[in-house]
Amino acid sequence: MADATDEQPDRGGEVIKVASLSKSYGERLAVDNISFTIGKGEIVGFLGPNGAGKTTTMRAITGYLIPTEGEIWVADCNIRKDPLKARQHIGYLPETIPLYTEMTTRAYLGFAGKLRGLDSKVAQRRIDEVVEVCQLEEYLDVLTGKLSKGFRQRVGLAQAIIHDPEVLILDEPTVGIDPLQVVQTKAMIKELGRKRTILLSTHILPEVSLICERVIIINQGKIVAEDNIDNLSKILNTRKQLRLRVNGPSDQVRESLSKIEMLLDVSYHEPHHLLEFERDQEPQAEVNQVLAKEGWTLLSMEEVEMSLEEIFVKLTKAAEVEA
Amino acid sequence: MAYIVSAIFIGLSGASFTTYLAQSSYSDTSIRGFLETGQLLILLFSALLTMRLISEERKLGTWELLLTAPVREYEIVLGKFFSSLLVLSGMLILTLYFPILLMIFGDPDTGPILTSYLGLLLLGSASLAIGIFASSLTPNQIVAAVVAGGILFGLWFLGMVGNLIPQPVGEILSYFSLSQHFPGFVRGVVDTRDVVYYLSVTAVFLFLSVRSIETERWR
Repeated sequence: MADATDEQPDRGGEVIKVASLSKSYGERLAVDNISFTIGKGEIVGFLGPNGAGKTTTMRAITGYLIPTEGEIWVADCNIRKDPLKARQHIGYLPETIPLYTEMTTRAYLGFAGKLRGLDSKVAQRRIDEVVEVCQLEEYLDVLTGKLSKGFRQRVGLAQAIIHDPEVLILDEPTVGIDPLQVVQTKAMIKELGRKRTILLSTHILPEVSLICERVIIINQGKIVAEDNIDNLSKILNTRKQLRLRVNGPSDQVRESLSKIEMLLDVSYHEPHHLLEFERDQEPQAEVNQVLAKEGWTLLSMEEVEMSLEEIFVKLTKAAEVEA
Repeated sequence: MAYIVSAIFIGLSGASFTTYLAQSSYSDTSIRGFLETGQLLILLFSALLTMRLISEERKLGTWELLLTAPVREYEIVLGKFFSSLLVLSGMLILTLYFPILLMIFGDPDTGPILTSYLGLLLLGSASLAIGIFASSLTPNQIVAAVVAGGILFGLWFLGMVGNLIPQPVGEILSYFSLSQHFPGFVRGVVDTRDVVYYLSVTAVFLFLSVRSIETERWR
């Protein structure tokens, strides 16, 4: 943006402000003119498929990459003009957990503390604190390279909060760890979010709704939607989808099903039939009856959540219609 | 890694030190034998010591940790440089038993020995800077080692090429050669030009490393 000023913008409680950010890698435009703000104490989910530009945006906020265009402020510091001060306010867990595998957890956290400018006494105290928060007491003297994925993630998280930053940037914090640990990690993030501003990225939809208050959805470098969770699910979940597998000729099955009164849409995607109803309908019984009448066997019936891809299609379409 | 490199360095240095003394029938009480191979060993082991310094960080992902920490690029580079210089100095200190042996069993000229060690340290610092620069270019440490080796031995043999080419081009080439500035130290002469040369090479390659890291943020 040409008129990106040197002056600090009027934030009114904004901790992260991204203004007209673009980043291109050679010819490829990874992030295309996006702007958003995140207020103090918010937990915001950054949602998008792989390659949408989430990591690039986060890397720009943390100062790892310099934007091609646009400005970013973190806690009143311009990331371009005052990079060191801005970085001091940020705790960052990159997608690849940045562990020195030959160090013990204790040594690693000590190094992370020093790197953030803590003197050794403060660092010692902080290590004790973050180890308690991240439940790493038993693993303090284990080499980080020997830890399982879930514990590595925790050490990464501990590293990010060692200097008690105001802002936490977490890139895919729950990827590749087992379900039980995902639950623990989520609880940890929620706890950390009590007094911090958090931006976390993910490509898993249900995850966001459990942790975040607000979601920014990004696809192909552009923001497609930005809203709080409740509003977003209202937009997205207007319909109920049922996926059936029926032992019968697919065309005839579709025809019979289409006679159901409350049905909005039916389609066949081998080997499933996909039925759409209004959100508040309970059509299962009727579907069963129709099939039974024709003598077909119902092999399976389940309610399906909309996949991220479908959401994007829907949101992008909605945006086009509005325009 | 550093321990293995140091151990092998000392082993090889010791071998060349002893062989030389044996060949001269113990008539020449100097560390020349060690210095002859020592200079080349310094080049080789500097490349090995520095190859992973930045490459490995890239590979582990810890590079992102360093570059998002409130430190400047030059601080990272200087930190890496001085810590590798410390290791190299340690290796050199361990070879001090060669001159000590000579002093016990003979009467060596201490002047050239001291200047030789200064020369090795200066050559080492230039080599380490080149190694760090090579490491800043790639996440693959083997590639980094090969690039560092290429620059180091290229600059080393530039002197020989210089001697073959007529003046003044030859002389200019020789001036840029790592090898042409070393013999003075062996003879016991500390020439400011030689010292300035090694320090300049160090500074230039450290500067290039900082730039190489800075441009990475723009890519």
